[in-house]
Amino acid sequence: MRSSLLSVDDLTRADIERILDRAESFAEVSGREIKKVPTLRGRTVVNLFYEASTRTSSSFELAAKRLSADLVTVKAAGSAVEKGESLKDTVQTLSAYHPAAIVIRSPHAGAADLVDRWSPAAVINAGDGKREHPTQSLLDLYALRRRAGRLDGLRIWIVGDVLHSRVARSNVLAFERMGCEVTVCGPPTLIPRGVESLGCRVAYDLDGLRDADVVYALRMQQERMDGTLVPSLREYATRYQIDGRRLGPHQILMHPGPVNRGVELAAEVIDSPQALIVGQVESGVVVRMAVLYELLAGRPDSGPGPGAGSGRPDPGSGARGRLEPAGEPQPA
Amino acid sequence: MSGPPPIVLDRAPLPAVPGALLIRGGHLFDPRAGLDGPGDVLVREGEVAEVAQDGTLEAPEGAEVLDAAGLHVMPAFVDPHVHLRTPGREDEEDVESGTRAAAAGGFCAILAMPNTDPVVDTAPVLASLRDEARRRARVPCGFLAAITRGQRGDQLTEMAELADAGAAAFSDDGLPVRSAGRMRQALQYQRLAGRTLALHEEDPSLSGDGVMHEGEISALLGLAGIPSVSESTMIARDAALAGWEDARIHAQHVSALESVRAIEEAKAAGVALSAEATPHHLLLTDERVRSLDTNLKMNPPLRTEADRAAVLDALRTGTIDCVATDHAPHAREEKEQPFELAPMGVTGLETAFAALHSELVVPGVLGLAVLVERMTSGGEPFGLPIPTIRPGAPANLCLADLGRDWVVGESGYESRSSNCAFGGWRLTGRVRMTVAAGAPVYRERTFAVGAV
Repeated sequence: MRSSLLSVDDLTRADIERILDRAESFAEVSGREIKKVPTLRGRTVVNLFYEASTRTSSSFELAAKRLSADLVTVKAAGSAVEKGESLKDTVQTLSAYHPAAIVIRSPHAGAADLVDRWSPAAVINAGDGKREHPTQSLLDLYALRRRAGRLDGLRIWIVGDVLHSRVARSNVLAFERMGCEVTVCGPPTLIPRGVESLGCRVAYDLDGLRDADVVYALRMQQERMDGTLVPSLREYATRYQIDGRRLGPHQILMHPGPVNRGVELAAEVIDSPQALIVGQVESGVVVRMAVLYELLAGRPDSGPGPGAGSGRPDPGSGARGRLEPAGEPQPA
Repeated sequence: MSGPPPIVLDRAPLPAVPGALLIRGGHLFDPRAGLDGPGDVLVREGEVAEVAQDGTLEAPEGAEVLDAAGLHVMPAFVDPHVHLRTPGREDEEDVESGTRAAAAGGFCAILAMPNTDPVVDTAPVLASLRDEARRRARVPCGFLAAITRGQRGDQLTEMAELADAGAAAFSDDGLPVRSAGRMRQALQYQRLAGRTLALHEEDPSLSGDGVMHEGEISALLGLAGIPSVSESTMIARDAALAGWEDARIHAQHVSALESVRAIEEAKAAGVALSAEATPHHLLLTDERVRSLDTNLKMNPPLRTEADRAAVLDALRTGTIDCVATDHAPHAREEKEQPFELAPMGVTGLETAFAALHSELVVPGVLGLAVLVERMTSGGEPFGLPIPTIRPGAPANLCLADLGRDWVVGESGYESRSSNCAFGGWRLTGRVRMTVAAGAPVYRERTFAVGAV
């Protein structure tokens, strides 16, 4: 595995399995009374959040703290960003504190790649625009593997606003990599042209939903509900809402949260035994601990951690290269 | 009523060739003049005085003699699409640096777009720019004026007066003329103004807030797409209007296969339509945008391989008439941002010929003759003469070493900006000297010359 986690595409199937196994071992730690391990003692993790976030931000905080790292959280509001500081200058400033890792959430695609280029720290993409959210995918895989007992061969339907969803994009890649069969479904205006090239099937109605093992509903974002992308929320809910009639008794229901009750999901399915939504949230901390561990604990200046002994991770064979210097502006 | 005056390009009073310039032993290459072989060219008083067999011309008294052995001596190029960023963003480019970059790329004339700050939409702004060019431009510059005031699309500029004041053509480049009704009025006013309308073809209701080509790569990156039909439908609309009004239009930076078809149809129907394509659309595709390199962000965007092939094919057959760089300098700090925030545009004057030569001519995809024809004909849609190496013609020459490899940007750029789509590329073919309107305007540093 490479030294930063920018995209699901950076991870091989073996990388993903190792992270999920590591998360299992941290889950045991989380069951103890003292939930901390000393793995990252003396090292600094920076949480750099340019977008509002509750679960991603707080679970990264908890993950860093449970690994005994020092944590700095920088939010766009109230920081120099508000005074017009560029991403590059902010990153260079924060890099002066020699963080071991920078966790970045940005409204813009590729922001994490830029941070990775500008900082020697390990960089974790905690959501970049509408592009990717790789740790969400990992926690979804983790929660699903625990519930279903396997990932390979699962038929997964991702339903809703695929166009604007970084979770959908990362999850199509992640589920495919783990041997699942993915269908994306939504109104034609919310399915990006060319999405089949990610390896998924496309459906515009829920007729085939009964064949799915897993129904993954996406959040319909308030700002997309103004009637320009779908004619009305009422019609959207009529055709795409997952409710008690549409969700089969043996299907697993997932959602990245926060849920719009009565829009993409009916209340009865949210509270049903098929729903894995709370399990997904619970997985957030241990999976992010595992990601921090994978990226940092193998590095020379790190201390020993739990289960250290799996050795250096193999270089990701399917890993995407770093942004090459070709993308670097030429020296003046 | 008398028509508008002929277009005059402006340039600083550079010293013409002192006495004369004898270019000896180069490979003369001008497909229009039927030249393809070793020969001598004598330049005197700004004109090509003589073209003769290799080694037959004697240097007149006091003439500079240039040994051009190993070099191709071609007519210099004309770029109908340059952003000089003046007035307003002289930190990105100014008249001096932009025309220096043009000269380094082998261009002997350029046309500058009016989307400056302020916009070139009144005669005084145009006059001050022309003054600036007469003080500082290395190669002759023509200036376009806007079609609508402030390029806002709602009110025509004083097109007839601007033509009288020397506007080379009209364009709202950077923005389309949204309203079909306004476009029709501009085409009607062409009867007074007499200048070509150069059109940025994009339907903003289709392109929206797109930042790259809409397709597989935008789906993967989660970036808002600009569909090909946002360009092709606008070309079809404007071609229909131009045909209706018997007007002359020029489609800028054609990027899509569907657009090529629209142009073919319009030309077949007899519409007075010309078109240009840029080196980046001829050589690059959206595959490269996977890297999110902001120096690959421009409008129209890089499209698919099928689009690139169609545009290249159209350039070869003449459906697309000429190459234009759409040289668009941007400040480094503006490009050093996430892709969605970075401004659109790339520089291209210094690399246009070398990039097209290395990637198309060297591998045998396009003949050198076609490339030279398409790079010299950029002024034709606007009524400007095509540079040629013939006795009596103004001396517009590009001397290039077609075998020389160089790395783009390794010793900086003449442009004030470095947002070149080909930065870091190893290219084959290097411009070593440019003569524009009779004056040497560029010599590569290592190109030793001396008077006899």
